Amino acid sequence: MLTVLATGPLTTIQDCGRPGHAAMGVRHSGAVDAASYALANRLVGNKRNAAALETTFGGLMIRSSEAVEVAVTGSTAPVVLNGRPEGRNAVLVLRSGDMLTIGPPTAGVRSYLAVRGGIEIPQVLGSRSTDTLSGIGPAVVKVGDTMAIGNQIDGHPLLDQAPTADFSSAEVTLRVILGPRNDWFGTSAIDVLQGSAWTSTNHSNRIGMRLAGPKLPRAQYGELASEGVVNGALQVPPTGRPTIFLADHPVTGGYPVIAVLRTTDIALAAQTQPGQVIRFVIDGDIGTVQ
Amino acid sequence: MRILSCGEHALLLDLDDVEAALGLQQAICDAKLPGVVDVVPAEHTVLISVAPGTTRLSQLAEQISALAPVRASTTSCREVEIPVVYDGPDLLRVCEMAGMSEEALVDRHLRQIWTVAFVGFAPGFGYMTANAWTHVIPRHSESRLEVRAGAIGLAGRYCGVYPSDSPGGWQIIGHTTLAVWCPKRNPPAVLRPGTRVRFVRTC
Repeated sequence: MLTVLATGPLTTIQDCGRPGHAAMGVRHSGAVDAASYALANRLVGNKRNAAALETTFGGLMIRSSEAVEVAVTGSTAPVVLNGRPEGRNAVLVLRSGDMLTIGPPTAGVRSYLAVRGGIEIPQVLGSRSTDTLSGIGPAVVKVGDTMAIGNQIDGHPLLDQAPTADFSSAEVTLRVILGPRNDWFGTSAIDVLQGSAWTSTNHSNRIGMRLAGPKLPRAQYGELASEGVVNGALQVPPTGRPTIFLADHPVTGGYPVIAVLRTTDIALAAQTQPGQVIRFVIDGDIGTVQ
Repeated sequence: MRILSCGEHALLLDLDDVEAALGLQQAICDAKLPGVVDVVPAEHTVLISVAPGTTRLSQLAEQISALAPVRASTTSCREVEIPVVYDGPDLLRVCEMAGMSEEALVDRHLRQIWTVAFVGFAPGFGYMTANAWTHVIPRHSESRLEVRAGAIGLAGRYCGVYPSDSPGGWQIIGHTTLAVWCPKRNPPAVLRPGTRVRFVRTC
C-alpha cells in the first residue's frame, strides 16, 4: 500500500490510455510522456499497461507500507528516499515505512513513479487513466489517498538503471509533419512556423499547451466544421498562436490543424517548462508515411 | 474524397457531407482493416488512426480509396428507442422558429428515424440527423450554465441528448429518463455513429 503525503500541483494515475473509444467521444488520455512512463514500468518489470503516477512540477511524496521496488523517470526532478538523494531512471527498493519524494524539476515538467505490480484500481473502458476533462477514470490524486499495489508484473526487473538523456532547459526543436489543414494557411505561415522562436506558456495542462509567438496568417477564413484531431496536433485558433494537443485533448476540434508533431517529439514538447523556447522543423512532406 | 496527412499514424478523409462521412465510417469498420485503432466521423470528415508499426499510411490510403461507399441508410444497424417527455423550456420557441404548432412539431419529431452521424461535444453526445427533418434551429446565443443529463435538444439540423449534466446551448424540447452515457457499461454510449433512434412519447 502506498499513502500519498503530498501531491504537488497535479498528480494523476496514468497508463497507456483508452484507444479505440474515440468514436464515442472518449479521449485517449494516458501518460503525456509515453516514453518516460514506459521506461518506469520496464525498470520495475511491469507489464506495459501497468498504472503509474504522473506528477507535474514535482512535489509528490509517498510512504510505502510494504517492501516494493519503484522507479522514477521523466523530468530532472530530484528523488529523495528518507532524506537521502537517489537516482532517477533506476530501480529503488522501498521498505515498509520508507518515504519517497520527487522534488521540483530543473528541466522537464512531468515525472513518473512506477511501483512493481502497478497501482491497483478498477479499470474504466480498459484503462486506469484519469481523464482530467471528462471525469472518466480515477479522480485526481489527493493528500491522504491510499493505493493498493497490483500484480501487473512481467518477469523480474532486468536492469538496475537506464542511462537516459536529460530533458533540456534550453531551446528545443520539434519535428512536425504538415497537414491536415495547412492549406488554410498561406505559405508565409509555414515560414513563420519554421522561422520563429515560440515560447511554452503556463497555459499548459494535460489537454494542451498554448504557445506564445507571432501570428500564423490564414489564407482561408470562415469556420471549420469540427473534425477529429490527434495527439500532437498544432491547432491554430483565431489568435493565430498554436496549441499543441496532449493526451487529454478533445476527440474533435473546430480550428484548423496546420501540422502534427512526430510522435516521439510529443513528450519533448510536453516536457518544456513555461518560458522555454520551441522551434519547429518540417520533417516530411504532406502524405509522408512512416 | 480528399485524403489528408495527419501525423505519423492517422489520415483525415475529407468528404462532401455528413451522410458521406457516416457511410465511409461504416465501410471502414465493416472492412476490418488491420491496425486500425479509431475511426472518428464528424460533420464531413472521417479521422482514421492506426497503431504504430502496423500499417503504412500509403497502403491504408489505397485500401480506403478502394472501399465502396456505403449509404448510411442502407446498413443494418442497431436501433434504439428513446422514451421522451416533451416538456423542454425551449419547446414553444422552437415551434415559433419552425412555424408549427406544438402538436405538429412533436409529431414530426416523433415520426423521424434519426441516425447518429457522429459524436462530439462530450463523451456519448450523439449528433443525430433525419432525412425528413429539414428545420435549422439556431443555438442559444449564450449557453445555459447547466443542462441536465437526459435533456433532448435541437441545434442546426441536429437532435441530441445530453449525456451528462453540462453547460449547453442547444434548444431543449424535452427530456428522457434513459441514461445514454454510463462509463461503467461497455460500451458506455447508447448513441454511437450509425445507431438509429426512434423517440417514443411517454406522456
